[in-house]
Amino acid sequence: MNIVVNGEEKEITEELNLEELLNRLELPKERIAIEVNKDVVRKKDWADIKINDADKIEIIHFVGGG
Amino acid sequence: MTDIFKNDLFELAGKVFDSRLIIGTGKYRSFKEMQDAHKASGAEMVTVAVNRVPLDRKVESFLDYLDPNMMILPNTAGCYDSEHAIRTARLAREALETDWIKLEVIGDQTTLLPDNEQTLEAAKVLVDEGFIVLPYFSDDLIMAKKLLAIGCPAVMPLAAPIGSGLGVQNPANLRIMREQLPDAIIIVDAGVGTASDAAICMELGADAILMNTAIAEAENAEQMGHAMKFAVQAGRLAYRAGRMPKRLYASASSPIEGAIK
Repeated sequence: MNIVVNGEEKEITEELNLEELLNRLELPKERIAIEVNKDVVRKKDWADIKINDADKIEIIHFVGGG
Repeated sequence: MTDIFKNDLFELAGKVFDSRLIIGTGKYRSFKEMQDAHKASGAEMVTVAVNRVPLDRKVESFLDYLDPNMMILPNTAGCYDSEHAIRTARLAREALETDWIKLEVIGDQTTLLPDNEQTLEAAKVLVDEGFIVLPYFSDDLIMAKKLLAIGCPAVMPLAAPIGSGLGVQNPANLRIMREQLPDAIIIVDAGVGTASDAAICMELGADAILMNTAIAEAENAEQMGHAMKFAVQAGRLAYRAGRMPKRLYASASSPIEGAIK
């Protein structure tokens, strides 16, 4: 299936949940947040939310700003 | 903190701060420079921006470079409509476990002036969701009233466009806001360029100032951090002291009677 993560198209061949996606992308799990199709997914639910074809996922962290 | 500030703490949404200076974390040339400037400024709250995690490289956690004693205030910078700002605020809350948000909805890329209409719309939704919304907006009394009426605990009018360093462009607007909203928390956000600008904001009655570029882009950010700390304190004291009236003509300080002839 094809998904979009942070504006980049990604192809996924097996079923993944959000936690597995973070592992796959080698991303940290602390002080980040995930939105799937414009809805924030609570951290406690990451392992329960399966990724579906055409999902648009945003993974954010923090940078310097004013 | 010296004794003169003991009975003049800055209270915002149930939190008490010694410092009336809130500073940003953007544009610093190095983490070390940022840390030194933060320390020098005495600020107890810093703003951070929400951004996509890069997928093509490993990144350090920016937050690790912040003093853990500082309160982190996420912003919605880069949002051009209420929907994006609301989504950004929700993400920030989830990641940082804070209800505090600096709401920023920009209306135009060149000026970075706020879109007040979209800001108000987003503020309503976020306040209903339990956020502590600190909105950046134009220095407009009527807008300030609307933001306070829907439950924002403070208002954050600009002094000048973000990053411009122009200083207070319309002191009358800030003064009117102060006089008409004596009980409101007013935090001047954006436009300060140097210490005298900060002092002017405080002399006009601002409760606090939020700034980033003035310190980060100073040739010596640490020294400017010190300067801003003192400027905010001096301006606050001058406001509380009550300045003398301006006169068109001179008024002698030494007695005229008794001078030799």
